Amino acid sequence: MDRKQSQLQVACARRSLFDQGYLDDQFIQLEHLQDEANPNFVEEVVRLFYSDSVRMIQNIEQAMMINKPDIDFSKLDDCMHQFKGSSSSIGARKVIKECSKFREYCYAGNIEGCIKTFQLLKQEHATLKRKLETYFQLVKEAGLAEST
Amino acid sequence: MGSNSVVSNRRMPEKMNCFDLSPNSNSESEAEEVHVLAVDDSLVDRKVIERLLKISSCKVTAVDSGWRALKLLGLLDDEEEDKSSFSSSDGFEGLKVDLIITDYWMPGMTGYELLKKIKESSSFREIPVVIMSSENVMARIDRCLEEGAEEFIVKPVKLSDVTRLRDYYMATREIRSAESGINVNKRKLQESFDVSTASSSPSSSSASPPSLFSSSAPCSPSSLDSPTRRPKMTSFDHILI
Repeated sequence: MDRKQSQLQVACARRSLFDQGYLDDQFIQLEHLQDEANPNFVEEVVRLFYSDSVRMIQNIEQAMMINKPDIDFSKLDDCMHQFKGSSSSIGARKVIKECSKFREYCYAGNIEGCIKTFQLLKQEHATLKRKLETYFQLVKEAGLAEST
Repeated sequence: MGSNSVVSNRRMPEKMNCFDLSPNSNSESEAEEVHVLAVDDSLVDRKVIERLLKISSCKVTAVDSGWRALKLLGLLDDEEEDKSSFSSSDGFEGLKVDLIITDYWMPGMTGYELLKKIKESSSFREIPVVIMSSENVMARIDRCLEEGAEEFIVKPVKLSDVTRLRDYYMATREIRSAESGINVNKRKLQESFDVSTASSSPSSSSASPPSLFSSSAPCSPSSLDSPTRRPKMTSFDHILI
């Protein structure tokens, strides 16, 4: 595949991530921070987000595993606040939506709602990861593709 | 947070933004980078803010807590030291910074508490402090501004936020260095700036020193031209709780 075709593929993949609502404007903000000296900045931030996510997800799960009457919703909310913040920083739109829903359930003291929402959140989180990995792979291939 | 993130940038970034310095600036101050101390417990946000600052031609030191910030500044005395791995007496004088930008919500010491400590210190109170928060809570914003924060930025932080801060800092640096020998209340000076820019149209910035809240950022609402300092708000988030 030549470079033009590769670049077209990249553009289409990128467009679809926005059109399908996976990413918001913050992702574009990150793209603006890339230049020749830092050509992989967005990918680096995304990778950092996903590696840092592991810890944050564990914190949330631990806070939810406590017996019902003893659940500290305030602490649960704090954990989710942190996770939502990081998600916002990369523009992970669908993930952010689930984070917000989760926090509403926290305010309401509704642990079942939290648990259900958290499952959806993890799904969105994993889906976005796959899509972004595919996208960054396409970007790399377009960079390596022979010029016509 | 595990590992530290104290990073110092000694290299001017490749990409230099064109920006409008105030008429008072000369080549000498242009050559001096603005040194920003960024405080955020989030690894991702630290990486982003660091990049935002570097691409805006600022030198950056990024730390993960208020304690570490105070330690670097040389503001911690022995009783207040936390159990961090820093060795206590290394003869460290204290980092010289021009601007501090801190997250509000952090475990241990919040950005508000950090702000208070800085403003309570006779040696550091003149350093402008900017608060960042993902939550747009009026009471919180007011509290921070009352305590002496220069601005309250709603996260996620954009490049336009950072370039505006940097322009403001560069433009008012002359005033700051002039008054450091004189006991002038900086807030009064800021208010007189706001009044002078309030009467001119929001988009003009060449005739007078740029206001921190100039409307060059697309999201800045018209409430910026009021004489009192208002925080920068996103266009859709005028939420009152």
